[in-house]
Amino acid sequence: MRAKGHVRIAMIFLAPALIAIGVFFVVPVIAAFILSFTDFDIYSLGNWRYVRFVGVKNYTDLFGDPLFWKAIKNTMYFLIVGGPLSISVSLGAALLLQSKGVRLKGLFRTAYFAPVVTTLVAVAVVWRFVYHPRFGLLNYALSFVGIGQIDWLGDPAWAMPAIILMAVWKNFGYNMVIFIAGLQNIPDELYEAANIDGAGKWQQFRSVTLPMLAPTTLFITIITMIGYIQLFAEPYVMTQGGPLNSTLSIVLLMYQHGFRWWNMGYSAAVAFVLFAIILAASIVQSQVSKRVKAL
Amino acid sequence: MKLLRKIILYAALVIIAAVTLVPLLWMVSASFMPAGHASTFPPRFIPDVVTFEHYVSLFTRLNLARYLFNSAFLSVTVTVIALVVNSMAGYAFAKFRFRGKDGLFKLLLSSMVIPAQVTMLPLFLMLNKMGFINSYMGVIIPGMASVFGIFLIRQFMQSIPDSFIEAARIDGAGDFEIYWKLILPLCKPILITLAIITFMGTWNDFLWPLIVMTDDTMYTLPVAVANLSLEHVQDTELMMAGSVITIAPVLILFAAVQKYYISGIMAGGVKE
Repeated sequence: MRAKGHVRIAMIFLAPALIAIGVFFVVPVIAAFILSFTDFDIYSLGNWRYVRFVGVKNYTDLFGDPLFWKAIKNTMYFLIVGGPLSISVSLGAALLLQSKGVRLKGLFRTAYFAPVVTTLVAVAVVWRFVYHPRFGLLNYALSFVGIGQIDWLGDPAWAMPAIILMAVWKNFGYNMVIFIAGLQNIPDELYEAANIDGAGKWQQFRSVTLPMLAPTTLFITIITMIGYIQLFAEPYVMTQGGPLNSTLSIVLLMYQHGFRWWNMGYSAAVAFVLFAIILAASIVQSQVSKRVKAL
Repeated sequence: MKLLRKIILYAALVIIAAVTLVPLLWMVSASFMPAGHASTFPPRFIPDVVTFEHYVSLFTRLNLARYLFNSAFLSVTVTVIALVVNSMAGYAFAKFRFRGKDGLFKLLLSSMVIPAQVTMLPLFLMLNKMGFINSYMGVIIPGMASVFGIFLIRQFMQSIPDSFIEAARIDGAGDFEIYWKLILPLCKPILITLAIITFMGTWNDFLWPLIVMTDDTMYTLPVAVANLSLEHVQDTELMMAGSVITIAPVLILFAAVQKYYISGIMAGGVKE
């Protein structure tokens, strides 16, 4: 009924988005890959003729750079401790809000969600003072339970936990809302049936709630992981990667090499390692999800 | 027993609310304290004397009005452009049939695993050649289209019955008329959701504006606040005032339209 002109019109509707994505996303991705095999630096910035191909030198340099491994280790610390912590807090808050007989549910939900919409940089500035060793709110609160002064951002052992704590505060509300949607999708009959079978609250949680939430949890795990692996603004504002590089993240390392010292070839290699990690983790998780579905 | 359960439940709810809100409330309170009053032990929660001096010096001495304008202008512009571009593409994917459509859509979706940081170095070099570094275009260009936006709109448009479009066509409406006068009004809820997500994303974005806005007259609020916080480490109250101005617009926007925003997140989350 509508054939030839139809396709042409579809192309017109698609063109702006495809051109924008093609020119300003696809081309840069390919260019970044090429860039990672060059010695592009501050001199090349002035004149591109100075750029030379150096093969895999950036990558071999990178793998021999203790700072790079430090950044990987720190980012993994943030991801492996912060991710599950954030997801558990989200689930806990969602379960609390969805428990029977809670009034003012909307009000609590809004309060929990508020940090999500705030500007990360601005709240990082606020949290820098929350963590102040002498005047900060956190040490003040801890003094009531007899915990002495902790130099949260000044002590290499505490700086990353401090950043994790702030990140959980900032974004648990986001996953909480997705968990609430997942919880609302669980049919009441399942709980009724479990009740008739004599299952207690805890058993119901384990044999009804958790399995029914599995797809939601998987989705949340993936988006949380992708978000957490890109850690940047918190250390940039709160610690500048210190003390003793204990909060240096992969993206911060990329930023410093690329845009502070203009080692763009080297920086592109860092960016691709970041990409490789995200890709590998996504593949693993989608495999896991296929297995879970097959069961 | 039942009462005890209720008390524990509400205690937990209130404690979590306190933890999420106290840092924000303290930020507001400290921004009205005279210099030095936030740095005491035990901490002050309410200012002894209320002063607006930090807000005054942010706007008079520290050029904050300019950053506020930059942030507002960029967020609005990116949002408007992104809505048009993404809704057009979403419409093509939802309601047209052409060869390779599904393949193309899957390709776009799979590109979402590529972190934006990968594109930043070449994008900087490209925009530098085009003369867009340190200009509004530098932020607008990469924000024009988003795969997530196209996805969100396509999902919504698929639920619009084809018969609506056929009927309009029989009435003699052209393709662009149908898109503009029929489809877009029907998509109002999802367009509002996407508008809020895009606006907040642009407002709160930090890394890219930090890279592309090299001159301090072009800073957005987050970049300006980060810079101020590294230069004025001791001026706690001043920094809190800067943070309040950065956060307040998005928080107010959220309070006004939270239904749309939260439903958007839920829609993205429970897709199968």
